[in-house]
Amino acid sequence: MANLKSLFPDRATFARSFRMAAWLGWQIESNWTDPFLFAIYSIIKPLSGAAILVVMYSIVSGGNFESPIFPYIYLGNAFYMYVGQVMTGISWAIIDDREHYKTLKYMYMAPIHMPTYLMGRGVARFIVASISVLITILFGVAFLHIQIDLAAVNWGLFFLSLAIGVVMLAMMGLILAGVTLMLANHVWFIGDATAGALYLFSGAIFPLDVLPAFLRPIGFIMPITYWLELLRRSLVGSVAQAFPTLAGFSNAQLLYILIGLTVAFGVLSAVVFHWCEFRARERGMLDMVTNY
Amino acid sequence: MSSQSLTVHKPIPKNSGARLFIQTVLARAYPRIIGQQREKSWMFFDIVMPLLAVSAYVFVYQAIGAPEEYVGFVVMGGAMTAFWMNVLWSMSSQLYWEKEMGNLALYVMAPNSMMAILLGMALGGLVATTLRALAITILGSWLFQIPYQVTSFWQLFLVFTLAMIALYGMGMLFASLFLLLSREAWHLSNLAQEPVYLFSGFYFPIKSLNFWVAASASIIPLTLGLDAMRQLVFESGAALGFLSVPLEIGILAILSVVFVAAAKYLLAYMERLSIREGRITESRR
Repeated sequence: MANLKSLFPDRATFARSFRMAAWLGWQIESNWTDPFLFAIYSIIKPLSGAAILVVMYSIVSGGNFESPIFPYIYLGNAFYMYVGQVMTGISWAIIDDREHYKTLKYMYMAPIHMPTYLMGRGVARFIVASISVLITILFGVAFLHIQIDLAAVNWGLFFLSLAIGVVMLAMMGLILAGVTLMLANHVWFIGDATAGALYLFSGAIFPLDVLPAFLRPIGFIMPITYWLELLRRSLVGSVAQAFPTLAGFSNAQLLYILIGLTVAFGVLSAVVFHWCEFRARERGMLDMVTNY
Repeated sequence: MSSQSLTVHKPIPKNSGARLFIQTVLARAYPRIIGQQREKSWMFFDIVMPLLAVSAYVFVYQAIGAPEEYVGFVVMGGAMTAFWMNVLWSMSSQLYWEKEMGNLALYVMAPNSMMAILLGMALGGLVATTLRALAITILGSWLFQIPYQVTSFWQLFLVFTLAMIALYGMGMLFASLFLLLSREAWHLSNLAQEPVYLFSGFYFPIKSLNFWVAASASIIPLTLGLDAMRQLVFESGAALGFLSVPLEIGILAILSVVFVAAAKYLLAYMERLSIREGRITESRR
């Protein structure tokens, strides 16, 4: 019973932990410089990442941005920013608090619910990612012939998929945060490595069929694959359905798969984080920094 | 008091001048070369992470039907990202990390030259990163079956050497600038990744960009270094080259001298400035 209580906080604890963590996360992310420089910083990085793909594509295609593969690559890359920011951001909070600010032990002493606190820390990253995604897509529409017909967009599907996806990424971030708790020696590469691997296997910037056959199943068990497909379909349905990988699935089927995998990752994250936290306490790793 | 404790030891002879300089360089290079090899997980991730990016870009090229040589360009660019990451995070930001850990004040207090410390960091980082870049190249070439056709080994060696001297000279220059920074150092290094990958043509020939954009990007030594190396190791490299290899070698030689000299001058200036402004031990979290 006590274990269950630690998994699910009461409403007041949840609200307090989430609200304060979100505020703290925003301060950490943004107050290192003035708002103008922060805005530039938030825009340049994602646009440069997208521009690499745009240049690669335009060299080979001779600037033919009408092909359906281009919006597939461009939109997949744009929405993938959420993965890097939300999933990695939540696990990064452990490193930041433990290694940099050395406050993780105090967080554990405070009357907050730790998983909720970590998810709250991801809110700032979610806001930054949302701005980056929006700017990247607007840039694509304005200059790169990405054709999004606002009247034809399936807004309901878009916002539903986006919301489920963000929850799913938060759950994956919590699993990474748990693993990070157990490691104390320069573990900042874990989030990036996971995001890099998912970038490769989730069909974010190329259809899964391009992968060697033995690697494709990894993509099929990843919820991000279905999430990105749903987002593409909701914005530019005909383009996304031009590729055979998931063409056999209807939107509803993809949505059910995404919900199912999100629930599965939710349960897994609760169990993994709880276990890792217990082990980290046992081994005295909650405040163990790299230069111990 | 025991007789043992009264034993008079001869004073240890202390090095100075050039000997101390070399000793400092080697001492600072040591943890970079030996220490980093001790943490096996770092080695693994240092190789695997660029390989993941390389694989993703290779599959993009395959998805859009790019010519085979572009796959080789990506593998070589991916290997060179290891050097840029090393310069950003382990050269430029290093003095900021040292400040955070409390070592920077010790460096300044010690009777050695700060330039020797930076050179040691560069030397150690270069050796350790070369091993990683080599591993990425070998693995990437094996995974994607890249054909190489080296036209001149000595020119290849010269280009690589000059590019590395200029690049690590640039890293030393940045390190001195970062002396004044605190928390923003991390963000600035983070910001300098993707834009440099874009403008230096890590994943495509730099010639594809507008001439003036490519020319401006040539201030980053990896731009011309990568372009020249691609021209020298791939059959179609010369056709996709930005400038001729001899010209790129000449520019890299100039960049090497300019960056190392500028680093020496700026380091002395920044050290004085940061001491005067009390930023050596400052830690604004």
